[in-house]
Amino acid sequence: MTGTQPAEAADVIVIGAGVVGAAIARELSRYQLSVVLADAANDVGTGTTKANTAILHTGFDTVPGSLESRLLRRGSALLTDYAALAGIPVERTGALLVAWTAEQQQELPTIQQRASQNGYDRVRPVTAAELYRREPQLGPGALAALEIPDESIICPWTTPLAYATEAVRAGVRLMLGTRVTGAQQGGAGGAGGPGGAGGDHVLSTTHGTLTGRWVVNAAGLYSDRVDAMLGGDGGFTIRPRRGELIVFDKLARPLIGSILLPVPTANSKGVLVAPTVYGNVLLGPTAQDIDDRRDTATTTDGLGSLTAAGRRILPRLLDEEVTATYAGLRAATEHRDYQIRVDATRRYACAAGIRSTGLSASLGIAEHVVGLMGEAGLPLRQRNGTAVPPVMPYIGQAGTRPYQDATLIAADPDYGRIVCHCERVTRGEIRDALASTLPPADLDGLRRRTRALNGRCQGFYCAATVSALIAGQQVRAGQQA
Amino acid sequence: MNADVLIVGAGPAGLAAAAELRRLAVGQVLVVDREQQPGGVPRHSAHTGYGLRDLHRVLTGPAYARHYADVAARAGAEIRAAVTVTGWAGNRCATLTSAAGIESVSARAVLLATGCRERPRPARLVPGDRPGGVMTTGELQQRVFLRGERLPGRAVVVGAEHVSFSAMLTLAHAGADVVALVTDLPRQQSYAGFAVAALARWRVPVWTSTAVRRVEGRERLAAVELADLRTGAVRRVECDTLVFTGDWIPDHELARAAGIAIDPGTRGPAVDTGLETSARNVFAAGNLVHAAETADIAALSGIHAARHIAAALRAGQGTGVPSPVTPPVPITVDPPLAWISPNAIRFSSAPGGPPISPPRSRFLLRSQVFRRRAVLEVRQGNRVLARNRARLIPGRPVHLDAGWLARIRSSDGPVLVTLARG
Repeated sequence: MTGTQPAEAADVIVIGAGVVGAAIARELSRYQLSVVLADAANDVGTGTTKANTAILHTGFDTVPGSLESRLLRRGSALLTDYAALAGIPVERTGALLVAWTAEQQQELPTIQQRASQNGYDRVRPVTAAELYRREPQLGPGALAALEIPDESIICPWTTPLAYATEAVRAGVRLMLGTRVTGAQQGGAGGAGGPGGAGGDHVLSTTHGTLTGRWVVNAAGLYSDRVDAMLGGDGGFTIRPRRGELIVFDKLARPLIGSILLPVPTANSKGVLVAPTVYGNVLLGPTAQDIDDRRDTATTTDGLGSLTAAGRRILPRLLDEEVTATYAGLRAATEHRDYQIRVDATRRYACAAGIRSTGLSASLGIAEHVVGLMGEAGLPLRQRNGTAVPPVMPYIGQAGTRPYQDATLIAADPDYGRIVCHCERVTRGEIRDALASTLPPADLDGLRRRTRALNGRCQGFYCAATVSALIAGQQVRAGQQA
Repeated sequence: MNADVLIVGAGPAGLAAAAELRRLAVGQVLVVDREQQPGGVPRHSAHTGYGLRDLHRVLTGPAYARHYADVAARAGAEIRAAVTVTGWAGNRCATLTSAAGIESVSARAVLLATGCRERPRPARLVPGDRPGGVMTTGELQQRVFLRGERLPGRAVVVGAEHVSFSAMLTLAHAGADVVALVTDLPRQQSYAGFAVAALARWRVPVWTSTAVRRVEGRERLAAVELADLRTGAVRRVECDTLVFTGDWIPDHELARAAGIAIDPGTRGPAVDTGLETSARNVFAAGNLVHAAETADIAALSGIHAARHIAAALRAGQGTGVPSPVTPPVPITVDPPLAWISPNAIRFSSAPGGPPISPPRSRFLLRSQVFRRRAVLEVRQGNRVLARNRARLIPGRPVHLDAGWLARIRSSDGPVLVTLARG
């Protein structure tokens, strides 16, 4: 593929197919525009997007008046509706923000007040007695809590896949394995014209040259470097903040009803305990500023501090088996707020510094960025026909999965053939993922689409079989090519 | 549909139980297994040594698996593979999913024989990167023996018990160069001969008192960091495959879904000496109640359960099942003993009936420590019932002969097994 070039300039090139880039590409796909969505990785959502706490935030605790506050609120509402249409697993479990010390207890009214300033009025104080009635497994010593009834849990893997699937079906060209290595902008006369702002952007990539009228920087952990390439104002620097997390066995799920939040500190929202939409329990994250943008290793100290925190918050959690540990990197900057700007002259949009709320805010960010681009001159003419969200394979635990669906199995027995026993993933679901609009490139991609191999045995029983299925698919694909 | 006995798991315990139930003229015996073929773990254990204590001859794993599948089928049990029990619709009523659809099976008795698995890397909280090439022995054996994969390059095996040496042989068979077996314990836990042979024949050393500190490698596994627990020295060992072996946990999820009491030591269902669980007419056998013993021990445990299931069904002819006249007496251990199985002593249902022996007339224990000459003391209240000599090796079975059972009193409270001092 190297060396091939699009015949003509795209209207917009989006760099970065994380949840934010994919949401922007999807938003753009609703208009009469030619769009390229490029990512260095071999799948969508493989950076910050895939490894977070998987919470659909209300934004109750953001800084009032900030862009994050506004876009998170808007994005959260949009995503709640979109998830219902696209089959993205969401559970409205609610959250309890627990105060363990007198100092923390004194903070609670301030937090409640801040929620109101953020336009969220449903926060409610909860006494210790009510707290323990609702969460009887909570460790001793909790003094009081706030209830945030609309905090929800969501699938962080299906979300960007749904956006990208919708975008691709609407004509967006998805270029994976495409790292942008350099950028130039021609003069007002076009790519070949005299230097300076105003002409087409010419991006050098590992898959040849891409030309576009507009460029959107949604490069997450690399957004400052992309910003520098594109001659942005350089007003921010990414400093990855690593968060380590522990996923506990599904047998731990009955231990909690809601998301259990700590009182946040200046640096971090602190360590929380939350159910996941796959029926597990999540403990984390840590918050550690690091330099290496690829260092998603877990550490002895990180895992140790998490188990210590877990033992205090929910003592019985530690009696259950650990299913997985992982670390994600938040794309933090020196600023608290999102770094979103649109340069009409250069035809350049930047959506950076989204930190940890990108998943919840993604649709709000996309709407905002594309709106600004429209004001800056990008012609936004609606496509004919209405945008239809794709119906994604359901991989949540609360609804009906294929192995539970007698009608589906009767129609296609492959939905009754369970391959991954721990997560009860059927041969039919793996087959569907391999034949989908965005097929997985490897086992990790298959995990994010089906949950296969994500269970308690971590492959003791099924890894060999699942590997063989994906290898068989790749052999067939190779033969067809 | 209905069955007299539903057996979940067609490994050695489940299949041996099915054959025995049929031999005892129990009518309808249904064995279900979620794998494609019956036989359980021995299917992908290509080495020999199976069948010593139950069949009194030596077979390879796959031959042993076929043997029990054939015996159970010939005895008239119905064996259905590729069928998953996904939950319970009521007491002894299982929900099944297969290519044939979703169905319920109501049984007069249930035997859980779901076996055990090795703790994978995440459950051991080993930090570092998360590359491919890190697996358990179970995955390794399936890749090599069921799928014919080759694993060239250097390999490190975590653990030094029987299964670790089995992993070493599998790796050698797959073309890997095994660098070492590492264990955080001060000694290896398998037969001395294995370690000597490993060193002599394959030049694989056992590094004791050594812990895995970190896994390194972004795309592919590059190395492991090992710490010497005696000196604190850390070394980096390059490798392409890392196999976590042993550290068994029972597959107890169905038992827990049924609300059955779990023994905190074995982490399997708590069972009495007749292998009945806390749920009436729900039994458990094999490595679900003692993870992990060799396949022959699991099979004998299945046969033992079958006899008590048959007795319970005979006693329960008609409507209600009479409860045993004498309640079971719990039996527990104190550290450094890790667990004992079974977990309670059951009495014959006749009034004043004698205590029932466990499988093979012995209790199985595990120790957390090495002791060349230990004395196990069995007490009930302040009466010492027995003092037995034993050799303790972590991960290796410790046998406690049940000859003292006749001396227990149903009214004297729990029986406690401790390590006697001196």
